Amino acid sequence: MLKYTIERFLSMLLVILIIITITFLLMHAIPGGPFTGEKNLPPAVIQNIMERYKLNDPLWKQYVDYLGNIVRGDFGPSFKYEDRTVNQIIADGLPISAVLGFGSAGVSILLGIPAGIIAALRQNKWPDYAVMFAATIGISVPNFITATLLIYVLALKLELLPAAMWGGIEYAIMPILSLAAYPTAVIARLTRASMLDVLGQDYIRTAKAKGLSTFTIIWRHTLKNALMPVVTYLGPMIAFILLGSFVVESIFAIPGLGRYFVMSIYNRDYTTILGVTILDATMLVVFNFLVDIAYVFLDPRIKLDGRKDG
Amino acid sequence: MAERILTVENLKVVFHTYAGMVRGVNDVSFTLDKGEVLGIVGESGCGKSVTASAIMRLIPTPPGEILPGSKILFESQDLATLEEQKMRQIRGNAISMIFQDPMTALNPVLTIGLQLSESIILHQKLSPRAAMEKAIEMLRLVGIPSPEVRVRQYPHQLSGGMRQRVMIAMALSCNPKILFADEPTTALDVTIQAQIIDLMKSLNERLNTSIILISHDLGVVAGLSHRVQVMYAGRIVETAKVHDLYGNPLHPYTWGLMQSIPKVTDGTHRQLQTIGGQPPDLLSPPPGCPFAPRCRFALRICKEELPPLIEINPDHQVRCWLSHELSPVRAVDVFQKEVVNR
Repeated sequence: MLKYTIERFLSMLLVILIIITITFLLMHAIPGGPFTGEKNLPPAVIQNIMERYKLNDPLWKQYVDYLGNIVRGDFGPSFKYEDRTVNQIIADGLPISAVLGFGSAGVSILLGIPAGIIAALRQNKWPDYAVMFAATIGISVPNFITATLLIYVLALKLELLPAAMWGGIEYAIMPILSLAAYPTAVIARLTRASMLDVLGQDYIRTAKAKGLSTFTIIWRHTLKNALMPVVTYLGPMIAFILLGSFVVESIFAIPGLGRYFVMSIYNRDYTTILGVTILDATMLVVFNFLVDIAYVFLDPRIKLDGRKDG
Repeated sequence: MAERILTVENLKVVFHTYAGMVRGVNDVSFTLDKGEVLGIVGESGCGKSVTASAIMRLIPTPPGEILPGSKILFESQDLATLEEQKMRQIRGNAISMIFQDPMTALNPVLTIGLQLSESIILHQKLSPRAAMEKAIEMLRLVGIPSPEVRVRQYPHQLSGGMRQRVMIAMALSCNPKILFADEPTTALDVTIQAQIIDLMKSLNERLNTSIILISHDLGVVAGLSHRVQVMYAGRIVETAKVHDLYGNPLHPYTWGLMQSIPKVTDGTHRQLQTIGGQPPDLLSPPPGCPFAPRCRFALRICKEELPPLIEINPDHQVRCWLSHELSPVRAVDVFQKEVVNR
């Protein structure tokens, strides 16, 4: 396990380095720059700014300097927001996006898995149809519509929750719900499909032939097997959702990371683009690693070291 | 006279499908004595496994249904109508079952020990620790070396033969009165098959467990059973003591099954005999004897009317017009002339 973890860690570093390189090159390849604006600045001013942010250096030097800074944990100053560094932007935005992300991941697991189980156990009966109907809606309705609907009903009509902004827990409920709709639906469908698959296996018949109760059959003999595909989906889903959502954060006027990410590309804010991309990539590889570790606990047939059993 | 422990009367199992009602088991009656090994043979889809599943009440309902009028008498209870709660106390306890494919019949993510001990904990009310002791003892009984190590392992760490031994240990762990063995050797290679048959034979003799052995392999059945019944299209077509059945088979279908066993000892380079045609469609079985369309010896009445179960002696019955007293030929003669000496 330790050997695997070390190997995996090294390959994760390599993946992130490749992503940095590609992002860096692509960023500089697209036309325009951080300081191309609508009003034309005098050439001397532009020259000064370029000097200040070292944008006149050859590309390879910028790249090497940047890598050096990252190793020291410094993502550099933002080109757009003069008084802030990328580290500050991430430090401000990430906790907010993480609350939304973990919140909606939690909601989708707690709702999606039981819903999928119920649908599978009542296959082709009304609970199954109800869950699958709701899941289809969850998958097909975009989150900005869900968000708008929630605001209209919960904030404007019933006046239960604040319509926007960021503060206490009551501000997080609607964004979490609108972010959770899609993953909840996907998890419910995945759980249902893989439960049905497992329930048709021979070893479930063996369990029935032993006289076990339905509860024991589901809890002990079905769930562990059935949750494998769900766990596979959870890794990338959580990584993705943690980075925040531009759309949902904009609708609720939440200062999360998702907005900065999209705005930074629009602004050609080179350092912010790179900083957030690196963060995103890191989370993705880390969560995929965690999923692989989880497999070992779920399925004894999986050995990460590639060792054979005697 | 041995003690009778199971009586099945007029068992009818149907499956409701989109195409119509399939009669999986049609009016099957038989008995089982204590310590007896009853073989049920027949080709795929003849209803042998469904019969076993029906007695265990493991038929998925819907689409399956045990029709009213069926009786499965076991220890003064009728299993055909017993409520699920009580049925659960019988399954894996008084009646247990081993399945065809040990590669898929064990849960891949649970240890052997847990899968063995869970039914012991459930039915014998032992503590998990005591149940694990018992599990180790059971593994030793079925001839698994170093069982203390094996209980901590997972199914994928055991060979096919070992897994089938685990299945047998699991089925026997609560001292069942009846053990169903549904094609217990089909998925194993031949040398392992012989070992498993020997194991079941010795367990039957030592523990006096009644066994219902389901197989399409007459060889396997002959080696283990005291009595054999041949099933075709959901019905029993012939039943007899094992020596009687092999020495004096009366149903043309039984002849066909026997002819289709490859013989390596007879020295001739004869082509292997097969039974021509297909089993009947159980959605709309033909009138008369269901085997008649495939039968070389069919009389005119065979295609018109289902033959009754004709008693040759108290242990030997056959459902064939050739054995009827009004038949123009004697089944024994047909067998000698047309089958043995051909």
